[in-house]
Amino acid sequence: MSVKHSLLALLERGPAYGYQLRSAFESATGNTWPLNIGQVYTTLNRLERDALVEAMPENDSGQRPYRITDSGRRHLAGWFASPVQAADRPRDELTIKLALAVTTPGVDVADVIQRQRTATLRLLQEYTRLKAAEDQPELAWRLVLESMIFRAEAEIRWLDHTEAVVARTGRPEPRPFPQHADESETEVLQEKR
Amino acid sequence: MSVLQLQGVTRVHGDGDNAVNALIDTDLRIEAGELVAIMGPSGSGKSTLLNLAGGLDAPTSGAVLVEGTILASLNKKKLAALRRRSIGYVFQDYNLVPSLTAAENAALPLELDGMAAGKARTLAHAALEEVGLDAKQGDRFPDELSGGQAQRVAIARALIGDRRLVLADEPTGALDSVTGEEVLKLLRRRCDEGAAGLLVTHDARHAGWADRVVFLRDGRVVDSSAPLADAETLLEGAQ
Repeated sequence: MSVKHSLLALLERGPAYGYQLRSAFESATGNTWPLNIGQVYTTLNRLERDALVEAMPENDSGQRPYRITDSGRRHLAGWFASPVQAADRPRDELTIKLALAVTTPGVDVADVIQRQRTATLRLLQEYTRLKAAEDQPELAWRLVLESMIFRAEAEIRWLDHTEAVVARTGRPEPRPFPQHADESETEVLQEKR
Repeated sequence: MSVLQLQGVTRVHGDGDNAVNALIDTDLRIEAGELVAIMGPSGSGKSTLLNLAGGLDAPTSGAVLVEGTILASLNKKKLAALRRRSIGYVFQDYNLVPSLTAAENAALPLELDGMAAGKARTLAHAALEEVGLDAKQGDRFPDELSGGQAQRVAIARALIGDRRLVLADEPTGALDSVTGEEVLKLLRRRCDEGAAGLLVTHDARHAGWADRVVFLRDGRVVDSSAPLADAETLLEGAQ
């Protein structure tokens, strides 16, 4: 998650100081990602250093609002214009777990899949319940919740698909470990170089 | 008393070497106010379960009870009457009678049950209003309604009168995702108001509206899920 770009986006609404930015961020994301106030100020300092925002004079209550600069606006526009790269996302433990499950002797893959499906569906039910709790949820909050709902749904569909593929093709024999000791040594040597 | 109860229900199609166990020793209870979703791959027994619950098919062994009555104990005529009075159906393709208006469609189960047309029509308009359709829309024919409106009519029809059990088979299959969600919300609301719902779906997002999700595989219940008690813990997990 980019705190930097989130703050720039919020400042595009108008000048604001740290606490205002924090609460605006949390309300825009339905309090899903609480933001540390220290993190807000550190980020503001960095944005100021890079001339993407500028500090305004302190107000009567001693708070210092920031405003976005033209350079900050261009930077923000660039962020909105570029897609999030898959490589920016962390490795998916579930994918790795299932990839290992199909090749590990004695593991009941269908069982692993079913447990995950139930757990993910339970999450999905709960997200839906949160969504149903408000008749007219704030659009940003709704969007965050629906993103989680669709992700959970995608995961379940992928699990369904994996289950069907495994049932149809059977499980592969695990490949033996590489036999030649010098092979891996060569790799180590290459890495050293 | 559960609105729907399946006790050790098994349904075998064919016999001898050709026997196929469509559903095996299945127990299920649905109480008033509850929406239960059934999920599972094709051929897992979802449709069989729905047909048995609706009295459209009879179990090979075990019993199906609707509001305490064992369906197998009824003769054909009584079973038809119970289906008319207690069970409503919602299908993917709405199944509205094209030559009847929305209100006439919704009134149909009452009229078939012997209620005077005028009274049935008044109740139908009230039922349509509950699903968000006004008198003008009630006078339209199915082909003059959008998919979402047609499915609302089907839900009004399914729950008109004293009927408390609604069986829904992929009810959002023909609708776009936002309209489909509105239909699900409506079904959810009708259950919150005291109906019992059984929803067959392959769509996890729609199953998310249920209180419980039952998974079927090869004719058996393999798992079931109910939401966690504490919603807050989830959001922590999403960070």
